[in-house]
Amino acid sequence: MDHAIWAEGLVKHFGETKALNGVDLSVRTGTVLGLLGPNGAGKTTAVRILATLLRPDAGRAVVGGFDVQREAHQVRQLVGLTGQYASVDEQLTGTENLLLIGRLLGMSRSAARARAKQLLNQFELSDAAGRAAKTYSGGMRRRLDLAASLVGEPPLLYLDEPTTGLDPRARNELWELIRGLVAGGTTVLLTTQYLEEADELADEIVVIDHGKVIATGTPDELKAKTGAQTLAVRPADPAELQVVVSVVGELAAATPDVQGGLVTAQIGDPQVLPAVVRRLDDAGVVVTELALRTSSLNEVFLSLTGRGVEEEDVQDEPADQAVQTEGSRA
Amino acid sequence: MTATTATAPAGSAGARPLTSRVSPLDGLKQSATLAWRTVVQVRHNPWELSDFSIQPIMFVLLFTFVFGGAIQGDWRAYLEFVVPGMFVMNMLFVTMYVAQGLNTDLTKGVFDRLRSLPIARWSPLAGRIAADQVKQIWSIFLVALTGVVLGFRPDAGWLGLLWATLLLLGFALAFSWVSVLIGLTAKDPERVQIFGFTFLFPITFVSNVFVPAESIQIGWLRWFIEHNPVSVLSDAVRGMIHGGPVMTPTITSLIWAAVITLIFAPLSVRTFKRKV
Repeated sequence: MDHAIWAEGLVKHFGETKALNGVDLSVRTGTVLGLLGPNGAGKTTAVRILATLLRPDAGRAVVGGFDVQREAHQVRQLVGLTGQYASVDEQLTGTENLLLIGRLLGMSRSAARARAKQLLNQFELSDAAGRAAKTYSGGMRRRLDLAASLVGEPPLLYLDEPTTGLDPRARNELWELIRGLVAGGTTVLLTTQYLEEADELADEIVVIDHGKVIATGTPDELKAKTGAQTLAVRPADPAELQVVVSVVGELAAATPDVQGGLVTAQIGDPQVLPAVVRRLDDAGVVVTELALRTSSLNEVFLSLTGRGVEEEDVQDEPADQAVQTEGSRA
Repeated sequence: MTATTATAPAGSAGARPLTSRVSPLDGLKQSATLAWRTVVQVRHNPWELSDFSIQPIMFVLLFTFVFGGAIQGDWRAYLEFVVPGMFVMNMLFVTMYVAQGLNTDLTKGVFDRLRSLPIARWSPLAGRIAADQVKQIWSIFLVALTGVVLGFRPDAGWLGLLWATLLLLGFALAFSWVSVLIGLTAKDPERVQIFGFTFLFPITFVSNVFVPAESIQIGWLRWFIEHNPVSVLSDAVRGMIHGGPVMTPTITSLIWAAVITLIFAPLSVRTFKRKV
């Protein structure tokens, strides 16, 4: 197997915070690896190490055949980095930002200008090419970020939470662009807190939490392992909660969770739903709510770690939390 | 599992040969590109341009016409005294843009982008400092222009002004390391400003930039003002522009510049390496 990225036993501590605690990773050339985890899980730290921005305390990483510590300069020539932490210059225009990168990569003035124009076209930013990046919308900013990391046509692309904070439309547009790059042969390392994003883009997913890998597999494998769907049942009479718990617990793969009269459980097989209905009917239990829904990241985590991630951490404060925990190296 | 070389995928231009290090010449080119970027930023940011354009003019006008008469009895005489001091003061204030820009790059993530590129590690710093020199020349030009318009004439001739400019630029280079350290340490660009000015205001105002040291009646304060490197540099600049003792203050200024560099350059580089 041909691995574009290969890392073993990566450890990085920031004072008391153990950002990475022995992480193994490998990405096959030409594929997309989704690094999935909540804020503060260590995703950004892993990317920063693989991008030569940070030295690991222990462990080893090889990117494109080059050691990230001893041959950092070669690694930098192979990798394009996009993310919340590798940003464009807000005060420069779209064209100037790309021109800057092109010139830094050693392109001639005219080659850099041509490349900038081509990328701005490709990313539908031509109309905004002459405007300062600070006037761009969130989606345009991310597209320019992505374009900036592609100036040198790197064979490897790191996308650190590329769609965090974007609205669904902008997110879909960015996904399309990323798919196009992958089709062109680019190897992608993607970090995300969204299961859906990993599912859409990744060939393989590594789930990390508290600096440790807690699951690895293709999206399908992971879903099968964690229960792709969640069954929710609410009995009309709270006194019958125990009956529901035992019926669901018997048929579902995992131990049910009870919260305020609602019984939820991960299930791997959709056939469980009719079976639960039959058993509850036999037992004469009346239900007011019965639903089968796709597992949220929270539920995947619950089944993987036995505890949930705080919802607000995942949804409400995408950037700040990570800055505090992962950015505290300063 | 073995790590094998990732060959660039078909259709990508990534097949160019990889280099194992940056040549010093490329490092210089990269620094020049990054300096260009800083100058372009100024063009897009009229606020910053006016900040370091209006300030020198305003200070010359303010001190000459508002305080000049009270300090030396005649604003014309004071103009000759204060313009060389203004060069020094503006030079110090302009170095703070290095801290501002550096800190903004660090907090906004631009620095990570630059560091992820195969460029010389020192080029972002060198680019900043080089761009700062452009701002310095502009600021010196504006002070000189304002002064000349009001009647200021370098008694020792225009060549003296040129020498003074070179000394100011050299001192700015040394003082940039202080600015670099502030830029690397401050939590955000606003704090750079606060920190910069709480440090710069006392050392500039408690000097002979605005008043002759002889006018100070408190002994220890007068001693401090006479030995403040800002005063020593002002003495050298005055000597070069108007004639008078040049050798001693110039050599002392250069020693100060060397001491500042020897202290702050290693500190900054160490912080830089730890930080990034």
